[in-house]
Amino acid sequence: MAKITLKNIAHRYAPNSDYALKPINHVWDDGAAYALLGPSGCGKTTLLNIISGLLTPSEGNVLFDDQNITDRNTAERNIAQVFQFPVVYDTMSVRDNLAFPLKNRGHDTAYINDRITEISRVIGVEDILFQKAQGLSADIKQKISLGRGLVREDVNAILFDEPLTVIDPHMKWQLRTELKALHKNLGHTMIYVTHDQTEALTFADKVVVMSMGEVVQIGTPKELFEIPAHTFVGYFIGSPGMNVLPTIIDGNKAMIGQHKIVLNRDYKGLKGKLELGIRPEFVTLTNNPQDLPVKINRVEDVGHYKIVRATLNGHDINIILKEETEISGDMNYVSFDKSHTNIYADDWLVTP
Amino acid sequence: MKKTINQKAWFMVLPVLILVAFSAVIPLMTVVNYSVQDTFGNNEFFWVGLEWFEEVLHSERIHDALGRQALFTIIILTIEIPLGIFVALHMPKRSGLWSSLCLVLVALPLLIPWNVVGTIWQIFGRVDIGLLGYMLDQMGIDYNYTQNSFAAWCTIIVMDVWHWTSLVVLLCYAGLKSIPDAYYQAAKIDQASRWAVFRYIELPKMKGVLLIAILLRFMDSFMIYTEPFVVTGGGPGNATTFLSIDLVKMAIGQFDLGPAAAFSLIYFLVILLVSWVFYTVMVHSDTKDMS
Repeated sequence: MAKITLKNIAHRYAPNSDYALKPINHVWDDGAAYALLGPSGCGKTTLLNIISGLLTPSEGNVLFDDQNITDRNTAERNIAQVFQFPVVYDTMSVRDNLAFPLKNRGHDTAYINDRITEISRVIGVEDILFQKAQGLSADIKQKISLGRGLVREDVNAILFDEPLTVIDPHMKWQLRTELKALHKNLGHTMIYVTHDQTEALTFADKVVVMSMGEVVQIGTPKELFEIPAHTFVGYFIGSPGMNVLPTIIDGNKAMIGQHKIVLNRDYKGLKGKLELGIRPEFVTLTNNPQDLPVKINRVEDVGHYKIVRATLNGHDINIILKEETEISGDMNYVSFDKSHTNIYADDWLVTP
Repeated sequence: MKKTINQKAWFMVLPVLILVAFSAVIPLMTVVNYSVQDTFGNNEFFWVGLEWFEEVLHSERIHDALGRQALFTIIILTIEIPLGIFVALHMPKRSGLWSSLCLVLVALPLLIPWNVVGTIWQIFGRVDIGLLGYMLDQMGIDYNYTQNSFAAWCTIIVMDVWHWTSLVVLLCYAGLKSIPDAYYQAAKIDQASRWAVFRYIELPKMKGVLLIAILLRFMDSFMIYTEPFVVTGGGPGNATTFLSIDLVKMAIGQFDLGPAAAFSLIYFLVILLVSWVFYTVMVHSDTKDMS
C-alpha cells in the first residue's frame, strides 16, 4: 500500500494535440477510497491508466510513496485493476484464475493455496473454485477479476474502471456494498472511475470530478453538494443539478434582470462571465411579492419529493419541495437560501 | 380458439427443393446409380451390387493414393496452421494504412485462380527457365520436380502453403482483432509471460476461427486437384497422385465409371466423417468441465 502522488501530470495522445488530460497535482492518501467522476471522454480513464502504468504521461511524474515510478511498467508498480468488462481467463478454472498472478510471480504452492482460500471467501466464490471460468455470469466474472487483484497482499492500490457497467442493476447495489466493505476490511487505496454520481458518492470518501480533461473539484460528497467549485460540478452532481443564473454583482447585491438578491457577503473586483448558483434544494417557493417572481411550468412528483420546473427572468429554474408541501395558486415567487448561494466567475466559484 | 390445419405452406419450400434436387440430389443419385452397375457403352447397364465398392476398398492403388493424400493433408495442416497463427500475431493490430497494406498483401494469393497458381509454380520451379529451379540447380541442389518425387512433393507443399496460409492468417487476424485491450492490460497487471498471453488469451479467443480454418483447410486440401495436376500431373510416376487426380484418371482416363462412382462415394463419406469428427472433438473440448 502506498501514497500516490501526481506531480504536474498531463497527457496528450499526440504531440501538439490538445491535452487529453490537463496538468494536475494531487496526492492520493494511502488507504483512502476515491472516485473519479465525470462524463464519458472527460479524461478519467486516461488518468487511471497513467496511475496504473498502462499509459506513460507526456508530462510530469507519478510517485508511489516517495519513489518516482513514472517509467515503471504496470507489473512493477504492483497495482491491481478491474476493467469495465470482466476479464477472466476463460479456459482456466476459477481457482487457476485466482492463482495466476501469484504463479507468475513465482510464489510457492502452500502460499498460493492459503491466499486462494482467503480471497475466495472474501469474494464469495468458494463453491465454484473448480468450475471453468467460461460461462459464469458477468457479476461473478467481475468478482474474479477483482479477486485476481486482491490475492496479491502487497498491491499498492486497486483501480476500478467503471467496473459495474455490465452488471445487472440489482447486483450492482450488492457488489458496490461488498466493495465498500472490502475497503473497510482490507484498507487498500482504491480509485474508482465512474460516470454515475450515485456510485461515486456512495463508494468514495473523496470524489474527484473531472470535465474536459481537467480536474474541477476534489472533495467529500458533502462539499461537492454544498459548495461546487465549478458550475460543471453543480450541473453534474445532484438531480436535478444546480440552477445557474446569469447575474450582475454589485457589492453584496446580485441582480437577476430587474430583481435584486441580497448576498451574505461583499464581492469586489469580479471579472468575466458572472453567474449565481443555487441548488434546487435551497430554493423556496413563496407567495411573498417581495421575492423573485417565477412562472411555474410544471410540477413533477417523484415520490419522496416534488420538482417544480419554472422560469425566472427567462431562465429555467428548478425547485425541490418536500412531498407534503401544498402548492397554492399564489405561490409564484421564490427566495434563495443565502448561505447556499454561490457566485461563479467564468464558471469557477468565487471564494473569499 | 380452434386451430385450422393448413398444409399449403409446404409449397413454399418447393423452389428450394427443386434447386437442391438439381444441384445436389440428382447428380449424387446418378453417381449412386453408376456405382452399382457396370456398362460396356451403348447405354447398356448391368446390376453388380456392391462389387465396385468391394473392389475399391481392396484396391492397393487407391490405398496408396489415400496414404499420399493423408500425408499431404497432415503436412500442410501442420505447416499452415502454426504459420498462419504466427503471421497473424505479427500483423499490425491498429487499423491504418500499414495494416491495410499487410492485409492486401496477405490476401493476394487467395485471389489467384487455382490453375494459375499451378502454372506460376510450374514455371517458377523449372530448372531451365524458372527462377527457383534455376537457382537451386546453380547452387548444386538436385531439384527437378518432373523426375525427383521428393522435389515434386516439396514444390506442391510449398505451393499450397503459399496459396492457402493466407486464409488461416486472415481468419486468425479477425479472431485476434476481436480481443478487447483490457485482456492484454489485465495480463500485464498479472505479470503474464508472452507465452501465457498466447496460451490463455489469444489461443482461446481464436479457437472458433481456428476450428473453421482447420476444417476448411482439411476439406480443401483433401480434395486438392488443380494445382498438382498442373504442376506435376500426378507424377513422377504416381508420386503426387492424390485422391482426386486418381479419381479423374479412373473416371475419364480409363472410363471405369462404376468403380469411379463407388470411389467418389467413399471419398465423400471419408471427408464427411473426418470433418464431423474434427467438429465434434473441437466443440466438445469446449464444454467439458475441469475438475
